Amino acid sequence: MLTLALILIPLLAAAAIFVLGSAGARKIAIGAAVANIAIAVAAISTSCSGFTLNVLENPNMNLALDLHANGGISVILLILSVIVTLAAVLSGTCPKGHEGLWYGSIMMISAGAIGAFIAKDLFFFFAFHELALIPTFLMIGMLGRGERKEVAWKITIYLAFGSIILLAGILMIATQLGTFDMTELKPLALYQNEVALLLIIGFGTLVSLFPFHSWAAPAYASAPAPVSMLHAGVLKKFGIYGLIVVAYKVAPDGMAHWLPLLLILLLFNIIWVGLVTINQRRLDTMLGNSSVMHMGYIFLAIAALVDNGSSFAMQAAVLLMFAHGISIAMSFCLADRIESKTGTLEINQLGGLAKNTPSLAFLFGLVGMASIGLPGLANFAGEIMVFFSGFEDWSHADGFGPLQIATMIAIWGVVISAVYMLRAFRNIFQGETVRRTEEVTPLSFNEKIPAIILGLVLLVVGIYPNTILHFFN
Amino acid sequence: MILWLLFLLPLVSAALIHFVLKQKLSNLASLIGTVSTLATLVIAIMWTNGSFSTPDSWSWISVGSFNASIGLADDQLAKGMMIVVCGIGFLVHVFSLAYMDKDGAKARYFGNLSLFMFSMTGIVLAENFVMMFIFWELVGLSSYLLIGHWYKKDTAADAAKKAFLSNRIGDFGFLIGILMTWMLAGSIVFSDMDGTAFIGSGSWMAGAAVLFVFCGAIGKSAQLPLHVWLPDAMEGPTPVSALIHAATMVAAGVYMMARFFGSVGLEARAQVPAIEVIAWIGAITSLVAALMATQQDDIKKILAYSTLSQLGYMVMAVGLLEPDAGMFHLYTHAWFKALLFLGSGAVIYACHHEQNIWKMGGLFKKMPITGFTFVIGTCALTAVPFTSGFFSKEGILHAAHGTPFYWIALGVAALTTFYMFRLIFVAFFGKAKDEHAEHAKEVEFRMFAPLVILAVMAIASPFLGKLIPANDFTPDTAFHWNEVTIASMIVFLIGFAAAFVIYRGRSSDPINIPLFRNKFYIDEFYAGLVKWFQDILAAIVHFLDEFIINGLLVGGLTRCAQGTGNLFRRNCQSGNLQHYALLSGVGILIAIYFTIFS
Repeated sequence: MLTLALILIPLLAAAAIFVLGSAGARKIAIGAAVANIAIAVAAISTSCSGFTLNVLENPNMNLALDLHANGGISVILLILSVIVTLAAVLSGTCPKGHEGLWYGSIMMISAGAIGAFIAKDLFFFFAFHELALIPTFLMIGMLGRGERKEVAWKITIYLAFGSIILLAGILMIATQLGTFDMTELKPLALYQNEVALLLIIGFGTLVSLFPFHSWAAPAYASAPAPVSMLHAGVLKKFGIYGLIVVAYKVAPDGMAHWLPLLLILLLFNIIWVGLVTINQRRLDTMLGNSSVMHMGYIFLAIAALVDNGSSFAMQAAVLLMFAHGISIAMSFCLADRIESKTGTLEINQLGGLAKNTPSLAFLFGLVGMASIGLPGLANFAGEIMVFFSGFEDWSHADGFGPLQIATMIAIWGVVISAVYMLRAFRNIFQGETVRRTEEVTPLSFNEKIPAIILGLVLLVVGIYPNTILHFFN
Repeated sequence: MILWLLFLLPLVSAALIHFVLKQKLSNLASLIGTVSTLATLVIAIMWTNGSFSTPDSWSWISVGSFNASIGLADDQLAKGMMIVVCGIGFLVHVFSLAYMDKDGAKARYFGNLSLFMFSMTGIVLAENFVMMFIFWELVGLSSYLLIGHWYKKDTAADAAKKAFLSNRIGDFGFLIGILMTWMLAGSIVFSDMDGTAFIGSGSWMAGAAVLFVFCGAIGKSAQLPLHVWLPDAMEGPTPVSALIHAATMVAAGVYMMARFFGSVGLEARAQVPAIEVIAWIGAITSLVAALMATQQDDIKKILAYSTLSQLGYMVMAVGLLEPDAGMFHLYTHAWFKALLFLGSGAVIYACHHEQNIWKMGGLFKKMPITGFTFVIGTCALTAVPFTSGFFSKEGILHAAHGTPFYWIALGVAALTTFYMFRLIFVAFFGKAKDEHAEHAKEVEFRMFAPLVILAVMAIASPFLGKLIPANDFTPDTAFHWNEVTIASMIVFLIGFAAAFVIYRGRSSDPINIPLFRNKFYIDEFYAGLVKWFQDILAAIVHFLDEFIINGLLVGGLTRCAQGTGNLFRRNCQSGNLQHYALLSGVGILIAIYFTIFS
């Protein structure tokens, strides 16, 4: 029952918020987010048995939830979801009179994401993700910034495209195996290549795999901060999660068949999008593109898993998903603060911000360093494992294979990300203050809290990655 | 267990200063930083005397075949290096107490200094490549923070960024080298590396791995072509330059190569021809940097180029497969170069932050202790007989003897003597050329005491055998009285005579060589490269991404979809929520229907 509660609490909170309207919306949302953390802790530590509600007999389709069906991955992504949810509830500035939509949507996205990660049934795995997308579109279209209508359309079409292709792949799996049960997934006898391609494109679009990535940066730039945090930090990980727990299980040979394509696309993610990121003039689109870029590393781990059956590539991918989720959420949270304090995110119009808001500079520096892979912060632990997985079982007698060459090129990404991140930090926080930053006030305690929570997670996991990795045992 | 304090003391000190004490309690902060460094020095000395046993390593990540732990290397290389780091670290802390006393961000300064001590300790004690890489990056961070200490100054902020990025480029290769070594030598743990297998993988593979690893040293030890960050790093406070950018961190590249070569045991040079490349990079760096140093006017810049040049010496020794000679020079150089930098700091302090040597002059009489210790440091650097530099430079000349590197090394030795005595004659002798120099006074005790101790070490360090960070090494291993010694003394005399004739009593520079003065225009070249290559490439890619992929390819699909959407809109989009719910319900039903009955 605890697993069901993980979804019901945010859903009920969302319902309560929609019913009650603006009054108390924030309090309900915070309460639900905190309660969900407590329940998550309880559910993980008691290894509860899960929840099953039969929906269809043939093929067998159940509303089944199980934390432990997919090794430790679901547990880790659940932790990610509840932490980012709490931070998202505490972040951003809700426009007056829209509290219902604002906090209700956050709760809906959270419920959908958690549902997708703990569902044991392929159909609900898919459906929960779709459930989370609806409030995402609404929030961008109604409360977004800039060209919000256009952006909302764009992300809708892209993700719908990805979802349809994905659904086709899922249906092909279900018809062959005769079940939706994710614990019964096994390599398909037929059409592995076709299924693998559908899943790579379907899941890939949801994770902004090149060339299906151009929805991400404008969407994150336009969306209200909590939505960017939840989508980039949590919901987007659905695609990677799917590739690991579905695609790799049902079509290992099919994935291997498409490995060269995957390697090329992921290098485009890292190098091509990395260069695009360098050229951004606004902090929000820069962060959005950087998150696209970092997906390349996670795809690299999947490529290693497919290529050499690496003994730690899956753990590397999940650890990096977790780290990236936390760090990108923290980035968007702080970028939102910069905008609300200075009125702009144009990097050239900012400068010297560290003088008046040292804590903002410290927190942004911390997350910037995390995202460029500084040791001691979670992302580094994930990245170094990914790079090592690319060389596992390599023998000099074979020369450099495609995977090793891709790994070596991918490492250049650590230089690219340092270039844009340090450039942004230099131009925004260092130097003399400029007109926009002259009279900025320091961060208040309430503004700091979400960033501090996320920053602490980055530090703890970075210093002692076993806090996350031990869930695999 | 006590040995873990080497890590914990500076780490706790850094955390305490940054998060608890802050600027309000900056005096206490500076004291805590200094005392913690003193404690680590004491522990390091006791460790050298064999007091402690090495604790078990702590597993950081252990998944599948990937095992990375935090553990201590227990050998003379690590112990000696630890003494250098803690010893100079402590003296620099003491010096900073006075030098940074009035600074508005003293607490941040001392906090970052502690962070540096923590990170540097990690590099020195690392028992495996991953641990070394972790702390390798962390010293990069502390260096970044300390160079950018006065971050409101554009030059300081830019220099910090430049240092970090140059190092990142080196680390790109370093990481690839680590990955290759992991598989070629069978382990990332230094003591478990299989040298036979490593060399057995063929000269091409082993050579590539060595050169990739060496990329890390090129970045950290500022060798050509990534040397450009080190002179700019002088934007940081001068004690930082002494500790990080002269004595310890920049030498980490040499230390890393010594440890790596010691682990894979590359004795026979013929087997890995790539090593020649290392020697050439070191030799060219030392020569080019020495040439640049002859035409600099900023006292810190002269010393910075001198550091580059000496690092080139050490790298050359490593490339000549004499890492012990390189480490010996690293060890003596650390003491006398820290002395020179702190001396320059005292001068700059006394002259109200004037750094141009042509606005100094006559300082020897006004600042006798600083002046005298500075001359001792200069003598050591220029290898005056029976100073520490004399013995260690000898080791390198011996390693190079009989190769073309020998002549380069001698040329660099002459140039070193020339530019250092140019500095001495212009800044310390002759008439004061500026008001500030006129009124300069000797610095206070907290500043000159470290100078005196370092001056003692500049003479005595080779005779403290237990401290030398090289296994089974004594000075006479490197030193033999023969024609190399004579040549070394002759080039000293040539350099000294040239400086004496050209610069004694001058008030402006009679020589002007724009090529040297402008650092061979390498910075300008890089600026152009970054602008044309990286930025313009990024702009082109951005354009393609925006207009081809997003605009035409995907945009075409989008318009297609929108066209279909318009059809639907006429019939289905009523703006009525119930209508939508009905449609989604129908959609789900259709999906289920096809699933079940197909």
